[in-house]
Amino acid sequence: MKHWQEHSALLVALLLLGPASALAHQDTGQAAGFVTGLLHPVSGLDHVLAMVAVGLWGAVLEAPAIWVLPVAFPVVMAFGGLLGLLGVPLPGGEIGIALSAVVLGAAVLAELRPPLWVATIIVAFFAIFHGHAHGRELPDGTSAQLYSLGFVMATGLLHAVGIMFGLAHRWSAGRQAVRAAGGGVALAGLFFLWRAVA
Amino acid sequence: MRRVVGRIVLALAGVAVALPVNAHLVETGFGEFYDGIAHVAVTPSDLLVVVALALLAGQRGIVAARYAVFALPIAWFVGGFIGARWPALAAMPLLTTLTFGVAGALVALNFKLRQLGVAALAIGAGVVHGLVNGATMAPAGASSLALGGVVSAIFCVTAILSAEVCALPKGWPQIVVRVAGSWIAAAGLLMIGWLSVS
Repeated sequence: MKHWQEHSALLVALLLLGPASALAHQDTGQAAGFVTGLLHPVSGLDHVLAMVAVGLWGAVLEAPAIWVLPVAFPVVMAFGGLLGLLGVPLPGGEIGIALSAVVLGAAVLAELRPPLWVATIIVAFFAIFHGHAHGRELPDGTSAQLYSLGFVMATGLLHAVGIMFGLAHRWSAGRQAVRAAGGGVALAGLFFLWRAVA
Repeated sequence: MRRVVGRIVLALAGVAVALPVNAHLVETGFGEFYDGIAHVAVTPSDLLVVVALALLAGQRGIVAARYAVFALPIAWFVGGFIGARWPALAAMPLLTTLTFGVAGALVALNFKLRQLGVAALAIGAGVVHGLVNGATMAPAGASSLALGGVVSAIFCVTAILSAEVCALPKGWPQIVVRVAGSWIAAAGLLMIGWLSVS
């Protein structure tokens, strides 16, 4: 208790010393670039659902898929973003994004356990659609490097959300909850698919 | 409890007595050194390559980390010196992006690069980024003291980070390192797209 109190006093003093408003040396657009990139993946529910579903499926498949899939997705998504930036056409982009939520959600719901390489290819295939869509939407006027970093980090953190929730799969009640979450993602994906086709 | 309150009051009183700060130590002439340190922190490509190489060196073991801790700052300093002397050599954003992208990819893949390979990569990246630093900082009025700050920051970050990674236990902590590498590689891929269209 005594230690805790002493540490609290030290923490208060340190926080007071923390120069929260010191923005020295910051180039124009850098803060906007990072935050804009960080927020971009969460601006569309279809993207969010698919990325969370990647984490959920990884957790269902367990090691090594639990980390291989979330590592593969951002890298391949960035490759898709590169294609989008270069103007390489990708037909059926919105359909591909909606399908990703349907397929990944259904995989979680049905607890599909394909070989790791098959799961990786499925995830990578859909990642290209997500990346391509983002690549076409990247805004001008911000720090490209910080935007890219924020964008990739947000994607990875969405996977982490899926993984954290998916870890409940180890318990029987949690397993049903994770499957239900997968079903919810698939249903939402069907809605987005209907909207994309209509 | 009274002692703790007394300490908090003392801490607050200490903070309230605001002595002149002399930001960047203008009066001592040592401010450029700190500008150099800050330069690494606010230049995304520099920070990413240092982090990626430190992670890679740590992954490859103590000997590789020792090589990188000295090879990277020294190469950076040499590159900076050359860049300050011949600034025309240093317009190479694609190369600086490639260095952190490749290093990040190697971390993500946990690539079994030999110790000398890590050193060679550190030297190559250090020279390239140092060239750009020297070419951009010197015309802005920065002296070799600023370059010293840059190199010191790089040495500290590389030493601390690679040592931490060397000491990581197997399992999740090492996977987190690979995930960080994949994010850096993905940011590099997106950055290449930006550079291609700008």
